Amino acid sequence: MRKVMAGVAALIGMAVGAGAPVAYAQQKTLTISSWGGAFQKAQKEAWFGLVEKELGVTIKEDNTSGIADMRAQVASGKPTWDLSTQGAYSCALLEKEGKLEKFDAATLAVTKDVPSNLRSDYWVSQIVYSVAIGWREKAFGGKKPTGWAAFWDTKNFPGQRSLRRTPIYNLEMALIADGVPMDKLYPLDVDRAFKKLEQVKPHVLVWWNSGAQSAQVLKDGEVDMVSAWNGRIQAIQSEPEGKAGKIGVTFDEQILVSDCWLIPKGAPNKELALKAIQIMMRPEVNARISLFINYAPSNGKSYDTGVIPKEKLAGLPNSPENVKKGFIQSVDWWVNNNDEMVKRFDAFLQK
Amino acid sequence: MSAPAPASNRAAGRAAPGAPPAPVNAERLRAQERAENALLAGLTVPGMLLIAALVLAPIGWLFWLSFRNPAGFTFDHYLRLLHPSYTLTLQTTFELSFLVTAICILLGYPVAYIIAQARPRMAAVLMMLVLFPVWTSLLVRCYAWLVLLQRRGLLNTWLTDMGLIDTPLRLMHNFTGTTIGMVHIMLPFMVLPLYGSMRAISSDYMLAASSLGASPAAAFRQVFVPLSLPGLVAGTIIVFVLCLGFYVTPALLGGGRVMMWSMQIERNVNYYSDWGAASALGVVLLVMTLGIMWLVGRIIGFNRIVGAR
Repeated sequence: MRKVMAGVAALIGMAVGAGAPVAYAQQKTLTISSWGGAFQKAQKEAWFGLVEKELGVTIKEDNTSGIADMRAQVASGKPTWDLSTQGAYSCALLEKEGKLEKFDAATLAVTKDVPSNLRSDYWVSQIVYSVAIGWREKAFGGKKPTGWAAFWDTKNFPGQRSLRRTPIYNLEMALIADGVPMDKLYPLDVDRAFKKLEQVKPHVLVWWNSGAQSAQVLKDGEVDMVSAWNGRIQAIQSEPEGKAGKIGVTFDEQILVSDCWLIPKGAPNKELALKAIQIMMRPEVNARISLFINYAPSNGKSYDTGVIPKEKLAGLPNSPENVKKGFIQSVDWWVNNNDEMVKRFDAFLQK
Repeated sequence: MSAPAPASNRAAGRAAPGAPPAPVNAERLRAQERAENALLAGLTVPGMLLIAALVLAPIGWLFWLSFRNPAGFTFDHYLRLLHPSYTLTLQTTFELSFLVTAICILLGYPVAYIIAQARPRMAAVLMMLVLFPVWTSLLVRCYAWLVLLQRRGLLNTWLTDMGLIDTPLRLMHNFTGTTIGMVHIMLPFMVLPLYGSMRAISSDYMLAASSLGASPAAAFRQVFVPLSLPGLVAGTIIVFVLCLGFYVTPALLGGGRVMMWSMQIERNVNYYSDWGAASALGVVLLVMTLGIMWLVGRIIGFNRIVGAR
C-alpha cells in the first residue's frame, strides 16, 4: 500500500514538474466576456483579432448577462474573466463596490481622450449609444417631434407612447420636457421629474422591459412614439415596413449612454487585459466598431481618423454633427440614487 | 440472568392454562410483517432524502438568508417590504390571483360537468381540447394573445371593420390582458381535478334524489355540487397557488404596469444580487401560501383537500 502511495505521489510530482514549463511555453489566453450576439461578433471582427495579433495571445470569449455575473466572478475569489463588457452604470456601481482593478498610467494615457464622464480610473467606455425618440410617421401627419417636450405634448402629437420600465432615462426626459436645460440637469430635481411623469403616464401604453420589446411595439403600430435605444429604432427603419408604416428617429435631446471595459478584481491576466484595452481604445481601432455594427466609438478622436465612412456619420449618435444635440448621462448621480429611485418609480407605476 | 427470562416467559405463556393456543407460526408471521414494513420504509428513504435535500434544505437556507446581512442578524430585508413599491405589488399579486381563480371556477365548472356527462368518445375529444394548450409552450400562448388582443391585433381590427367599435379596446398591456392570458393558462388545472371528482359521482345518486322528489336543480345543488367539492377545492388551491408565483404572463402581457411578487424576487437577484432580500420575499410568499392552505383546511377540512376520507 505504501509503495502504491509513493508511486502515485511520484506520478503527481512528475505531472506537476513536467506540466509547468509546457504551460508557460503555450500561448497566453485572454478571457473576455460580452453581451454575445451581433454585438460580440462585431467586437471580435473590429477589435479582438487585432489584439490577438499584436499581443500574441489567444482570446477566449464568454458571455455575460449583466452585473450579477460580474459580482459572482469577483465573489468567487478566482475570476475567470480578464475583461468584461458591462453597461456604464454597472461599471460605476462595481467601482463603488470595490470590485474592479485600477487602470495603470499607460492605459489612462490612452483613455484620456474619452469624455471625462464616460470613464474613470477603473473603467472606460468602449461604445456610445443613445436614448432617442422613434415614431410612426403616419401618426403625426409629417410633423416631427423635436425633443422630450414633444413626447409629452399629446395635443400636437396624439397617440400612445412607450417608455422604459426604469426610472433611469425617464427622470431626465421628464425634466427636459418641463423646461430644464440639458446642461443643468444634475443633481436631478426628483419631485419635479415625477410630477411631470404623472402627466404622460395615462398615455404610456407599454413600459418596455427589453430592447426587443421597445422595437416590437413600435413596429407593430401598438404605440406611436417610443423612447428607446437608437440602434433598435434604426434597425426597424432598415427592415421592410411593418403594420406601423415608415418610422422616424431623432437625436434631438438624446441621452448619450455607453458600455464600458472593466477588469474584475483578481483577474488572472491583469497586465495583458490592460494592454488589450490600450489597443482597443486607440482612436483608429476604437472607430472600427462602427464598420461592423450601428454603434458609435467612445474615443473623442475616433471621428478624426477617417476610419468611419462619411455616409455612416448621420446615423451615429455622437458624430460631430449629432453629439451637440444631446447630453451625456451622469452615471455618478445614478450610482448614488438608483435604489431609491427604483422604489419610488415602482410605487409610481403601480398607483 | 436476563437472557433466559424471555424464553421462560414465552414457555410460561404457551403453557398458560385456559388461554387459546397461539397459532404455531404467529411469531414468524409477525417477524415477516416487520421485515416487510422495514423494506417499505427503506424504499421511501431515497425519495425522502431527495425531498429533504432538494426542498427542505433550500427552504431552510432561504429562511436563514432572509435574516442575514454582512453584519449578521437583521430584520432589514423584511422592513424594506413595508415600502409602497412592495405592498402594492403584494396587493396586485393577490388581486390577480383571486380574480383568475374565480374566473377559472366559473368557466371550469361547466366545462368539467359537460365532459363528465358526455359519452366516452365525446369526453375523450373534449378532454383533448382541454389538454392541448397545456402541451403548447407558455411563451407561445402569451405571444398568441398579444397578436390577438393588441391595439392593431386581430380582434380589434375585426371589431373596427365590422363597425362595432370606433376606438380599439384596450385589452392588452394592462391588468385585463394579464387576466385573460393567465385564465387561459390556468383553466386546465381547474378542469382536471373537477372532472376527476365529478366522474366519481354515480348517476344513481341523482336518480335517487329525483325519485325522492327533488327537482333537477335541487338534486344538482344538494347532491352533485357537494360531492364535487373535493375536486373544486383541489382545483382552486392549485390554481391560486400557481397564480401567486406567476411571472412570464404578467411580464409579457402586463405592459410593465402589472408587477407581481415573483418579478420583485427576480429583480432583487438579478439587478441587486441581494439574496437576502430575495429570500425574504420568498419567505413572505411561502408563509402567506401556507397560511391560506391552513385557513382553507380549517374551513373545509384538510382531508377534503387531499381527497382522503
